[in-house]
Parts: sequence; C-alpha cells; structure tokens
Amino acid sequence: MVSGFLEGLFNRQLDPAWAWSIDKVSGILLLVVGVLISLAFILLADRKIWAAVQMRKGPNVVGPFGLLQSFADFFKFVFKEIVVPAGADKFLFLLAPLISFILAFAAWIVVPVADGWAIANINVGIMYLFAISSLGVYGIIIGGWASNSKYPFLGSLRSAAQMVSYEVSIGFIIITVILLSGSMNIGEIVNSQKGGLTQWHAFAFPTIFVMFPMFVMFFISALAETNRPPFDLPEAESELVAGYQVEYSSTPYLLFMIAEYTNIVLMCALLALLFLGGWSSPIAGFVEIPFLWFALKTLAMFFLFALVKAIVPRYRYDQLMRLGWKIFLPTSLVAVAAIGWYATFVAHPEIGGQ
Amino acid sequence: MNLTAAAFYILGGATILSAFFVIAARNPVHAVLWLIAAFFAAAGLFVLIGAEFLAMLLIVVYVGAVSVLFLFVVMMLDVDFARLRQGFLNYLPLGVLIAGLLIAELFLVGAALGENGAASLSEGKIEPSPGAVNNVTAIGRVLYTDYVLHFQLAGGILFIAMIGAIVLTLRERPGVRRQDVGRQVGRRPRDAVKLVDARPGQGLQIPE
Amino acid sequence: MVQSEVLLAQLREYLPIVIMLAIAGALGLAFMLAAWVIAPKNPDSEKVSAYECGFNAFDGARLKFDVRFYLVSILFIIFDLEVAFLFPWAASLNTLPIDVAQFAFWSMMAFLGVLTLGFVYEWKKGALNWE
Repeated sequence: MVSGFLEGLFNRQLDPAWAWSIDKVSGILLLVVGVLISLAFILLADRKIWAAVQMRKGPNVVGPFGLLQSFADFFKFVFKEIVVPAGADKFLFLLAPLISFILAFAAWIVVPVADGWAIANINVGIMYLFAISSLGVYGIIIGGWASNSKYPFLGSLRSAAQMVSYEVSIGFIIITVILLSGSMNIGEIVNSQKGGLTQWHAFAFPTIFVMFPMFVMFFISALAETNRPPFDLPEAESELVAGYQVEYSSTPYLLFMIAEYTNIVLMCALLALLFLGGWSSPIAGFVEIPFLWFALKTLAMFFLFALVKAIVPRYRYDQLMRLGWKIFLPTSLVAVAAIGWYATFVAHPEIGGQ
Repeated sequence: MNLTAAAFYILGGATILSAFFVIAARNPVHAVLWLIAAFFAAAGLFVLIGAEFLAMLLIVVYVGAVSVLFLFVVMMLDVDFARLRQGFLNYLPLGVLIAGLLIAELFLVGAALGENGAASLSEGKIEPSPGAVNNVTAIGRVLYTDYVLHFQLAGGILFIAMIGAIVLTLRERPGVRRQDVGRQVGRRPRDAVKLVDARPGQGLQIPE
Repeated sequence: MVQSEVLLAQLREYLPIVIMLAIAGALGLAFMLAAWVIAPKNPDSEKVSAYECGFNAFDGARLKFDVRFYLVSILFIIFDLEVAFLFPWAASLNTLPIDVAQFAFWSMMAFLGVLTLGFVYEWKKGALNWE
C-alpha cells in the first residue's frame, strides 16, 4: 500500500524487496500505533465501566468525558522518577518490563484484524500465539526476582504457578478449535466459520453442546492467564500490596501496565477469532465490513472482561488451583476426545461432513 | 551472500555465544536466561530449514515450560552456587571426553553424508514443496499411524514422569483443613439453623 | 543449500516477526529512556530500600519455597508435552483417508488414556490439592 503510494509520488518503480519491506514496516508501525491508541481508550472504558457498576462517574476531568485521561496518565508516568531498589539486579530489573512489553506486541503480528490483514501469515499461527502467551510468565518472574524484595517475589511465584496451571486448559481448548477447523493458520480457522452465527465455533450445531462450554472456559482461563480479577492474586492489593509490581515506578511500571492490557485485548481478540467467527458478519451477507465486525466482537468481549472485574469477588489461591487442575483440565480433556470423535466419525470429509 | 545465509550465521553465532555464556555466567539465574536465549536462536534455526512446527515446539516446551522450572529451582532453592563451583575443574577430563564423543559423532555423520551424498538425507525430509501440505500436517500424517509404537512409548514415558514427580516431591502435610465444596454446597438451612420462639423473661432451655 | 520457492515464501512470513520484535523493543527502550532523561533523579536510602510494611526488612528476600510449586511446574511440563502431541493430530485428522483417520483417533485415545491414568493417580494421591 505505502510502497504503491511512494512509487506514484516519485514516479519510478521500486525494487520489489524494498517495496515489500516498506509495506511490512509501515504495516507494523500502523499496528503498534493502532493498538497503543485503542488501548488508551480501552483503559478508560475499563475504568468507566467499573465506575458505572459502582454508581460512580469515573474519570471525567481530562478532556470531554475524561477521554484524554489515559494520555494524561501516560505523561505523568514519563515525568516520574525511575526508582531502582538498592538490592536489585539492575539489568534484569529493567529488562523484565521490556520483555513483557515486547512479547505483548509480538503476539499481535499474527492476528488477522480483517481478511488477509495478518502481517505475518504463518502456517502455525495459533501455536505461535500459544508459545508467546506461555512466555508471558517470564516478565513477571524476572521482575519479581530482580526486585529482591519479599512481596514482589511472592507475587511472581504465585503468578507463575497460576499462569502455568491455566495454560494447559487453554492448550486443550485450542486443540478443539483446530480439530473443527483442520488448520493451525488463524485466517483459515476464521474462514472455516464463514456463513453467519450458526457456523461460529461457539454456536455451530451439533458441537455447540461441547464448544459453548469451551468458549466460556477459554474466557475464564483468559482471565486467569492475564491476571485479571477475579484471578488477580499476583497483585492482590489486600495481601501482597501489588505483587510483582511493588518496586516498579515510572515508565518501567507503565510498560508492565501496557503489556497487561495488550494481553487482555489480545485474549478478547482470540476469543473473537476462535469462537465468534472473527471478521465475519453474524448474518451472512449483512454489512460485510470485516474490520468492523472484528473490532465489535473484540470490544464486546472486553466489555465482559470489565464487567467481571467489577462484579466478581477475588478467588482464594487454593480455589484457583482447584478450578484449574480439577475442573478445567479434565473437562477440556474430555472435550478434546469428544470433538476428536466428532471430527473423525461424523464430520470427516469422506463421510460428507463440512 | 543472500539473506537466508546471513540469518543462518547470525542465529548460529547467537546460539553458540549464548551457550557459552550459560556456562560462563556467575549468577545461576543469568545462566538460565542465557539458556533461554540459546533456545530462541535454535528455534530461529529450525524456522530457517522450514521446520516451523519444531521451532514453535521448542519455544512452547523448552522455553515456556522447562526453563520456567529451571528458573524456579535456581531462584528459590537456596543453594550456595559458589561452593558448588569450587570443584568445577575436577570434572574437566569428563567434560573433554563427552565433548570429544560429540565431535566424533558429528564427523561420522558428515562422513556418512559425504559417502551417500546429501540427497539421501533430503529424501525423507519434510520440506514444503508446491502442492504438498505444510509440515505440521505432514508430521500428523505419520506420527499417529506409521510411528504408532514410538508414539505410545512416548505416552508411557510421560506417564512414568508423572508418577515419578509425585513420588519424589509429594509431601503430606498433617493437620491441613481443606475446603470441601460438596459439603459446603450440600449444607441446608435446616441442618444448621433452628428457629426458636423465645418468650420474654423466660430464657431458653438449650436442648441437649 | 537448495531451497524451494515455497520454503522461501514461508520464511518471508517470519521476517515481520523479527521486525516487530525490534520495533517493540525500541519503543519500550524509548519510553524508559524518556523517563530517565526527563524525570528527576534524587534517590535516598529510604526510597531505594526494599518495600516492607512498617519496619525495616530483617532478612533477605530469597526464601525457601514450598516444594508444591515445583510439583505444579513439573506437572505443567508433562501436560504441555501432551498438548504438543495433540497439535499435529488435530491439524491432520481431516486430511487423512477415513480408515487411517480412525486409526489415528484410536491411537491418540490410547495415548490420552495412559495419561488420564496418571492424572487419576495424581488426583487420588492429593497432588492437586493446594493447602
């Protein structure tokens, strides 16, 4: 796109390799800036929804309806002093937020925000996302350890065990989606759900009896994986003050925060892509604007995330582990077997399914 | 020099360099982080030969799971690593022996390749070619059918690992009161609460 | 090294990931440098000491931890490997001829069955209880 514009501007042909690089780099910059700016408003929406549930107004001073609140917060972070604890491993202490930040954005590169818009359209896209989300724990462990302080250390330890526990059920649920789509490419997974609401993996008959519960479980696991309330035990402020973030201030803290929200929105986007037909319209042929539907579905999921944060009380740690290992793990394992059976004996192409 | 070759040398160099720092780092946590860097570079090498599934697997399993355990161990076990390192040089002969064996094996593979020609290796190689499937599907097609025995064997090994982990690490702690959700939910008001009509000035006789 | 066009096309999809890592890294560093340059720097001994609730820390932060954390991460490795084995199975099942697909299905069920046995053992032993 951009290369075509440049070619027109200077009226000469670009080398294809250059044209390709310019297109990709501009695409990536657009993606990063787009994610960051939408994040600013999503953060505000989060606070507004939270406030509305508690019958407060929420941020409403900076700009009309508080729309510029996140930007004001951003500048405030930049003007604050970076405090590095005396006993900390300085290099790792500053590396940890950077790792979280980089990983959060690296995941977005395979997300197709509309048909064919994934910047890196790799064959194993969904596995790439799984890999990146399993690395998210590093920023937290390293940050907690490098702080050399008790609360961050306890928080990071809890967080690691928690993220690891829910990672497994997320893996199994992803397998059920791959079974139904027959591909690990995210674009193909979305394309296998074409044709309106009744073809979406969460609602398609007859798999709805297994897949809708899987959709709900993925949602809950996503809450646990991103340390959102009611599973925000790593930063449980009533016991651990702020968990692994205790010693962080200024922009290193900001990076953790941006990474956390980027991951949350990524999980919302994943829910939309894997279960809700991604960019396809709920009624086939009705307002086929791919990006609009993708954004709407992602935001709808985020609205649920925000509501859960406001409504549900925090889990206790033993309850959290019990839910992950004793309920989600066996249930999703049975679902993998059931959907595998369906894919082999009912929907196999040679029997005339799909 | 084309881009792929450049990428190969950069990633290969990064692998060797980080592997060196794994053994050179003084702080064990830093050593584990260097190990992770080495895994990443190796995953990059896998991608370069077209084995994208293996690359992702390396990251998911080794970086996402095994290294987390390593980090847990070196961060939380209060081991005096300085003392552990004291006898480091005593193991030098053994290290040299193992390194020598590995190098000899590499040369043997090289010699076998030279004899049969590199083509013999690529015959069974799963490389994407026009019209063929990607390598995840290619692995899936043979792993569960042609190599079913190896596959089941892997399942057995995982089973043993599971049992072993529990036998080695599980310690029963006496006197722990756990939440019994079934009992909590099954509890009815009439089992726990009793409504009594208390008359003024008379008090209550608590039934035994 | 002979490389097919398809392989090169596949590699081309991975290059943006590297570019993305670089751009995100640069952006993150820029944020931190911005605060480093703009914000005041006057640390004092109270500010840079480790956080503690109302008293001076009386021992280091490196504590010994419950062996349960190791057990959880070991179990995680095992289940993660199980998921890893499931990925190619799920992706290839509907490309196989029907009789082969059914064989692959039962072969996977046997694999999962063995691991479910292990899972039941864990459960009965109480390894999944957190206290």
